[in-house]
Amino acid sequence: MPSILQLDGLGKAFGAVTVADNLSYELEEGEALGIIGPNGAGKTTMFNLITGTLSPDSGAIRFQGEDVTKHSAARRCRAGIARSFQVPQPFSGMTVFENAMVAATQAAGMSGHEAERHCIEVLDQTALLEKANVVAGSLTLLDRKRLEMTRSLCARPKLLLLDEIAGGLTDSECVSLIQTIKDVHASGVSIIWIEHVVHALLAVVNRLIVIDFGRKIAEGDPKTIMASPEVQEIYLGIEVDA
Amino acid sequence: MDWVNAIVQGTLLGGLYALFAAGLSLIFGVMRLVNIAHGDLIVLAAYLGLTVVVTTGLHPLLALIIVIPVMAAIGYALQRGILNQTLGDDILPPLLVTFGLSVILQNVFLEGYTADPQKMDAGAIETASISLGGLSLGILPLLTFAIAVGVIAGLQFIFYRTPLGRSFRAVSDNQDIAQLMGLNKRHIFGLAMALALAVTAIAGILLGIRTSFDPTAGGARLIYGFEAVIIGGLGNLWGTLVGGVILGVAQTIGAKIDPGWQLLAGHIAFLFVLAVRPNGLFPRVSG
Repeated sequence: MPSILQLDGLGKAFGAVTVADNLSYELEEGEALGIIGPNGAGKTTMFNLITGTLSPDSGAIRFQGEDVTKHSAARRCRAGIARSFQVPQPFSGMTVFENAMVAATQAAGMSGHEAERHCIEVLDQTALLEKANVVAGSLTLLDRKRLEMTRSLCARPKLLLLDEIAGGLTDSECVSLIQTIKDVHASGVSIIWIEHVVHALLAVVNRLIVIDFGRKIAEGDPKTIMASPEVQEIYLGIEVDA
Repeated sequence: MDWVNAIVQGTLLGGLYALFAAGLSLIFGVMRLVNIAHGDLIVLAAYLGLTVVVTTGLHPLLALIIVIPVMAAIGYALQRGILNQTLGDDILPPLLVTFGLSVILQNVFLEGYTADPQKMDAGAIETASISLGGLSLGILPLLTFAIAVGVIAGLQFIFYRTPLGRSFRAVSDNQDIAQLMGLNKRHIFGLAMALALAVTAIAGILLGIRTSFDPTAGGARLIYGFEAVIIGGLGNLWGTLVGGVILGVAQTIGAKIDPGWQLLAGHIAFLFVLAVRPNGLFPRVSG
């Protein structure tokens, strides 16, 4: 399998605080990768570097073989990188459907009925269809999380970055979320998923990377990684429910 | 009847003020840019119209066919070339830069067209009028008002019914997220300024037909525009039209009481609204 994403020695520091330290890994096409690590380990920063919200101090990012390190966030999005935010960030003055349409038309480059049909399909998949005309700012937390998912799927991504999308959900909500993510993965989308809800993560990913202080400290098969002493140590104090 | 007449004439005048204000409102709404040079850009459109009329012999209203695209192109270039660089967390740089632009424009007008007041001759339409129940309504003011309503309705349609409008609203709502959705905000801002100056082109031509203008005429137009936007409520286009009408009516009623009161009455109406409803009459409810 060719690699869809390649991080090559990424470094980033905010003053004296290092948030990415010589971070390298590859993601194969169609792979689902889980990222775990303590709070403040630099996981979300890594997403910001991949999507182009932040630029790295050193290192390179390749997407589908092309060096995108210097590309703008908008360009990377149109190339097929979409993300969801840990704290949902909808266009709060616009309806759910309009939020979806922005992603479908701008990121995926669709137009007219094609875009509308795609949005309706995704909204159906994420169980938001009946709230399509609700203004996004008035949604509940669960629905905002669904909207994050909806918007990133409407962008028709090749690579989907999920940032703690299961946090704060009830068990049954989590089950349906896992199913949605599995469906998306099965349709061929590569996924990187940052998650503290480890059992949800393990239900989907084929590989796990552990990050701490911006460094990759372990990588491999999920079961082995979770059982390793380093991870046990890091996760002391953090609920391990796997 | 005199009073009814004053109110009707003021309402029609309000259409012109709403046209002054629409571009200002649009720019502020999309990119939080307060454009101090807006009045001078209106006057620029009037001078461009004058040039077109003089060189081609076209009727001033037909000159719009040329002036609208030229102003839109200027808007896009201005935004991409200069104004985008000033936008950020600090609101001071765009204020300073557009103020500088205002000074530059006024001096360019002075150099290019002298300080003499100019006016575009629109022929018979300027004095034509129709009688309606004892009122004499000028065709030009009626046309101006109709255009203002049409322009506001058109902008409203663009904002809420088209992909371009959705992009404007998305960028206005959250710039960072919009970029992560594939929107190039610099381009979107350029398009917003192009649209705003296309509207400004219409305002400038109608101004130049209605009254004489000179290189310093922009300042007062900027004030009227701001007042109409603020009376109506920021970010509400129909509110802007109402704001323009209130301003126009206040001015004609003021003039009715005493000719010297015309401008003052408009400003007093503005200050009154600002004191009673600081967010304007129809503030947009944020989600």
